[in-house]
Amino acid sequence: MSSVNSGYEGGGRTRALFSGLGAIGRVLSMVAITILGLLAVTFFISRVVPIDPVLAVVGDRAPPHVYERVREEMGLHLPVWQQFAIYVTNVLSGDLGTSVLTSRPVAQDIARYFPATLELATLGTLIGTVLGVPLGVLAAVRRGHFIDHLVRVVGLVGYSAPIFWLGLLGLLVFYANLGWVGGPGRLDISYEYMLTPVTGMVLVDAALTGDWAVFRNAISHIVLPASLLGYFSLAYISRMTRSFMLNELSQEYIITARVKGVSEQRIIWGHALRNALVPLITVIALSYAHLLEGSVLTETVFAWPGLGRYITNSLQNADMSAVLGGTLVIGVVFVAINILSDLLYRLFDPRTR
Amino acid sequence: MTGTFERTQTLREWLTDNEPSSRTQARFGRAYLSWRSLSRNPLAMLGLIVVVGLILVAIFADQLATQSPFIGGDLRTERLQPPSAEHWLGTDSQARDIYSRLVHGSRLTLMIVVLVTVIAMPVGLLIGTVAGYAGGWLDSVLMRITDIFLAFPRLILALAFVAALGPGIENAIIAIAITAWPPYARIARAETLTIRNSDFIAAVRLQGASTPRIIARHIMPLCLPSVIVRVTLDMAGIILTAAGLGFLGLGAQPPMPEWGAMIASGRQYIIDYWWVATMPGIAIFVVSLGFNLLGDGLRDVLDPKAAR
Repeated sequence: MSSVNSGYEGGGRTRALFSGLGAIGRVLSMVAITILGLLAVTFFISRVVPIDPVLAVVGDRAPPHVYERVREEMGLHLPVWQQFAIYVTNVLSGDLGTSVLTSRPVAQDIARYFPATLELATLGTLIGTVLGVPLGVLAAVRRGHFIDHLVRVVGLVGYSAPIFWLGLLGLLVFYANLGWVGGPGRLDISYEYMLTPVTGMVLVDAALTGDWAVFRNAISHIVLPASLLGYFSLAYISRMTRSFMLNELSQEYIITARVKGVSEQRIIWGHALRNALVPLITVIALSYAHLLEGSVLTETVFAWPGLGRYITNSLQNADMSAVLGGTLVIGVVFVAINILSDLLYRLFDPRTR
Repeated sequence: MTGTFERTQTLREWLTDNEPSSRTQARFGRAYLSWRSLSRNPLAMLGLIVVVGLILVAIFADQLATQSPFIGGDLRTERLQPPSAEHWLGTDSQARDIYSRLVHGSRLTLMIVVLVTVIAMPVGLLIGTVAGYAGGWLDSVLMRITDIFLAFPRLILALAFVAALGPGIENAIIAIAITAWPPYARIARAETLTIRNSDFIAAVRLQGASTPRIIARHIMPLCLPSVIVRVTLDMAGIILTAAGLGFLGLGAQPPMPEWGAMIASGRQYIIDYWWVATMPGIAIFVVSLGFNLLGDGLRDVLDPKAAR
């Protein structure tokens, strides 16, 4: 929530952001510092690992001179700042190291697993936005009535229930007992290799190739995890929509519109919501970023072959370069979404121009 | 108590006195008024009952548990039993009583929450107040560091730290604390910025108080309420993160009765023996809900502007 507020302040403070190249340079340098910070954190984590990376390569029976040579080959004899510089150069040129588990470059692995996460998080955000915004509006308009309490309860449950637990219960009820949805995984096994990956997102690929049997199957698999993520994003979005709408509805221009005889529906959906949408962009973007993160647990429960499951799998196999690569990618996506929402905010809010 | 407490005055009158004659009386009076408005909020009281209940269960776990949380019964006959008179919430795959494990697990949950708070809150408070009061380059540097930690999604960062430090409940606590402090620093800084230029700070400074003293004795206490509200609201998140780490096998290790790890151990039996994974989830849900309700209530009392 604090980030939303800071979005407000940021909008007011840097009103004339697009007025000059210098301002753009400032934003870029801030992004660069943040990314450099992310790299420093992942580098630091890789240094505190109690496992000796040299021992992991040579084994504990290697003679000292072999150990020394490998140590030098890995650059570990260099001063820390030099090692960090090498690390940054590598990452910037797209080299995240090699995964011990899959023995492929980590960057390649991530490119393979990321679309599945993206697909899930995007669908979840869509569900959360399409349902959450109208719910929040109605809760603000009918304050203290049934729908307002409903939004409150939905929010409280969303903030209090462990997502992996709800996922397990969902599988128990809707898959095992009712048979309404497909089980864990993205597709039934019989469909698994029928699809030629184009974008890596099963729904998109199936639609592109016109394979509707696969498409239906993929829908039955994604609907439960996506609804679950959608629920959590709905809890957040509806609550924020409600508070933004209450803020707008108490403004004087609403009274003016009422005095002029504008219909109540138009005031709510045409005037108030339109103004509330501007801060909502930030909220929706934030919830999208959080779904990318929340997918770590969801993917584990639903055996979803995405980035989150890649990270946890690598973690359980002490595959540090894979874990840190995945962490870094999610961190960068997080930063990118934040900046994007900030830019959109400034674009849509005429007061910040 | 100070000598102002006369026999003719009732306790309530002493507390609500408009002209408190001592600092202690003023403090108690403020606390009493806050308590009165909190106690008028039924949902907040429900949250308080849940939190107090959690603390009591943790203290009296040995008395409340009907069986050992670690040693199960006969593996041939008592595994995966449904809830019954003997095993109120059933038994798990090791024939252990789930109710007793949940009761003992409350200690772990409480320990995680308390330790994370004890580590993260002073750090956030210190960084925020120093940055806000000092301003200039120190402020920029500290806030940039805070922003970098905020830029990482919390669970992922905690995952990465646990990966580096090794699984276990202590490391999970450290990892969660590392990810928890930045919002507190932000809030403390924002509060400090509004206090920094007020007259009483100028007066204290003219009296010759040193900067550390001003920050520690005059600014930090004023930042505390909003940070405490934020911490209370965060506690549900801390519990959920800890449970998530436990579920992934990175938090408390078996046979510890940590609730998230208990859900993970019941995961493979969920279809036929639903209670093994369901019961710990209910415990997590109720406790997080309690902290959320209490946090909402506290925010309404201490920060009326945000209550809408």
